[in-house]
Amino acid sequence: MSTNPRPVAVVATSLTPAYTAFEGPEAALVMTCVNELLESTGLRREELEFTIAGSCDYLGGTPFSFVMNLEGVGAWPPVYESHVEMDGAWALSEAWLRLQCGDVDTALVVGSGRASSGRPREVFALQTDPYTMAPLGADPVSLAGLQARALLDSGKATEADFAAAAARALPATSGVSIEELLKADYWCDPLRAHDVAAPADGAAALILVAGDRARELPGEPVWLTGMDHRIESHHLGLRDLTDSPSARLAAKGAGAHDGPVDIAELMVVHSPEETILRTALGLGGETVINPSGGPLAGNPVMATGLARVVEVVRRIAAGEARRGLAHASSGPCLQQNLVAVLEGEH
Amino acid sequence: MARPCAVVGIGQTDYRRRLEVSLEGLVRWAALEALEDAGLTFADIDAVVIGKAPDLLEGVMMPELSLADALGAVGKPIHRVHTAGSVGAATAISGVTMVESGRYDRVLVVCYEKQSEGNATWALSGGKSGGQGAGGTFAPWIRSYIRRSGAPEHIGWQVAVKDRRNALRNPHAHLRIPDISVEKVKESPMLWEPLHFLESCPSSDGAAAVVLASEDVARKGPAKPAWVVAHAKRSEYASFPGRDPVRPRAGVECAEALYRKAGVTDPLRQIDCAELYVPFSWYEPMWLEGHLLAAPGEGWKLTDSGATELGGSFPVNPSGGVLSSNPIGASGLVRCLEAARQVRGTAGEHQVEGAKVALGHAYGGAAQYFAMWLVSSELQPAFA
Repeated sequence: MSTNPRPVAVVATSLTPAYTAFEGPEAALVMTCVNELLESTGLRREELEFTIAGSCDYLGGTPFSFVMNLEGVGAWPPVYESHVEMDGAWALSEAWLRLQCGDVDTALVVGSGRASSGRPREVFALQTDPYTMAPLGADPVSLAGLQARALLDSGKATEADFAAAAARALPATSGVSIEELLKADYWCDPLRAHDVAAPADGAAALILVAGDRARELPGEPVWLTGMDHRIESHHLGLRDLTDSPSARLAAKGAGAHDGPVDIAELMVVHSPEETILRTALGLGGETVINPSGGPLAGNPVMATGLARVVEVVRRIAAGEARRGLAHASSGPCLQQNLVAVLEGEH
Repeated sequence: MARPCAVVGIGQTDYRRRLEVSLEGLVRWAALEALEDAGLTFADIDAVVIGKAPDLLEGVMMPELSLADALGAVGKPIHRVHTAGSVGAATAISGVTMVESGRYDRVLVVCYEKQSEGNATWALSGGKSGGQGAGGTFAPWIRSYIRRSGAPEHIGWQVAVKDRRNALRNPHAHLRIPDISVEKVKESPMLWEPLHFLESCPSSDGAAAVVLASEDVARKGPAKPAWVVAHAKRSEYASFPGRDPVRPRAGVECAEALYRKAGVTDPLRQIDCAELYVPFSWYEPMWLEGHLLAAPGEGWKLTDSGATELGGSFPVNPSGGVLSSNPIGASGLVRCLEAARQVRGTAGEHQVEGAKVALGHAYGGAAQYFAMWLVSSELQPAFA
């Protein structure tokens, strides 16, 4: 495997609010982002050579619901395009590899989801093994509860640690203390309502540009220096739920520790996941975790992972950090994990 | 620049109803056969890519999660592609990208569908009962093609017979109709005018797999590689006034991009055979024209002349094609791997004699997603 990737930078980002229930179609969320990206870069749609989106048919309850998103992406004249049935962070992964090939220099990457169309907690239960698990209706929140219980039993975390992660998602002005959070009733024992990110509607998007072209565009390029993603066994009984070896491998593969990590945006959808990810990703006290508040403050399903990349890019571009890590996850109990490493120009 | 990439292993299941095997069993069957062909094991694989049509077809959401163990992906990257009917070819192309990028040396690509575990016509009708199905979408465009081109009615019947005769030479094929004839096709029930029952694809189960590798790995392997000379994808909107769904611009531009990349200037002459995604008989002449293998209005004449038969000057779907086996999400990869079998010379009884360059193709959605690859027995074939 090659270790010297072609320099590729994020030159523009867009992120919709995380809506409890967006009134329009998913394509409108996508279109909002794409228009903003074109406006901020001054690029024309035709100048984006490769397009790739991540979304999920199941959320809309309609097979091929991603086809409608083409309307928002802009596909006339016809575009060189692909789609992953995954979070937009995996669309970024394929775009990054596509730019490594050398014959394509620009890419549009989108992630979008509209969780309010259905009942996500019931829908996501269909991610589990169809013969042995799905008939039991084991949903992601209940499985995250098992993971939380394993953490407590192992002594690796306390309920106060969960509350501390949840508190980070609250506005600084809220004045809510960890002690107060711990007084709340259990919702899915040992998880409380504030430990669980509410699925929301939204979209995230960015433009990737290879080489010197990135410096010719307005704004500060933020270099995507490494990416990797890994998966673990689907069978919970074969895993140590208090650890995330796949996140560890992804961080290594992305070169996360080739330099200091100033900030990290982690896809913590259930607060106990922060403890596991901090350890597995090797993040110490010098790293600011989820300065945006993370998914607990806004979880636009299928865009949540790509939104982590957007949040890191924006802070680096603003000079708040020099180097950062973005993480995305998929599947029950952090089964699959992705890491992207981003660096500023200076 | 992009590194060369080759197909070094090929595997596929039989495409009948597979009630005796789980989803894991199905994909693992194809994957193990491809690995064995490549002289590799799961341990040698750097990354896995899977593709299938909508998750709602089997009711399993994001199946890369529950199939990770069966595909030997634990501890590795697994990537999931979904681009409607073109997905099998699009997944292969995503795998090629991974090798060409320089980041991965051996990539396992697996696609599947298990139609017996769901109801595809329900799903293809937008999740509504009593929908028109895929045939209902395509039949008016086929009728429009017939009107524009002046093609005689028997062309569709002829394609249906040719592909089912080819299927008799392919042990993996789902439909096996030894006494297939033009009479039998035209007397079968009318499903979506002008499409008869026997002009339509079946509902199949099945999985297909390829191992893709870098040049170094390919040259050291035990089997003859099929080099991926070029690949292309194009997508366009499903519908708007002014769009031509009979000859979609995305299909034309996809073919142009593919031939340009490969250095092909006269595709009908320079390419030896093609596996085109033909789920309904008339799509053979429609794609011959829509992908610049024949001039507008001339595709049906090529079919009528017998040129697209096995033994003709440009065999189309020597494997029997989608008309004989349609594990939807895998069907595009089957087209791609059958093209690779031809140039490796391992296509068995449906081998096209001396095939050196072959086209694999798939389309999807409202004839709006296109994915193609061109494979060759040579790394850099010279096109004269």
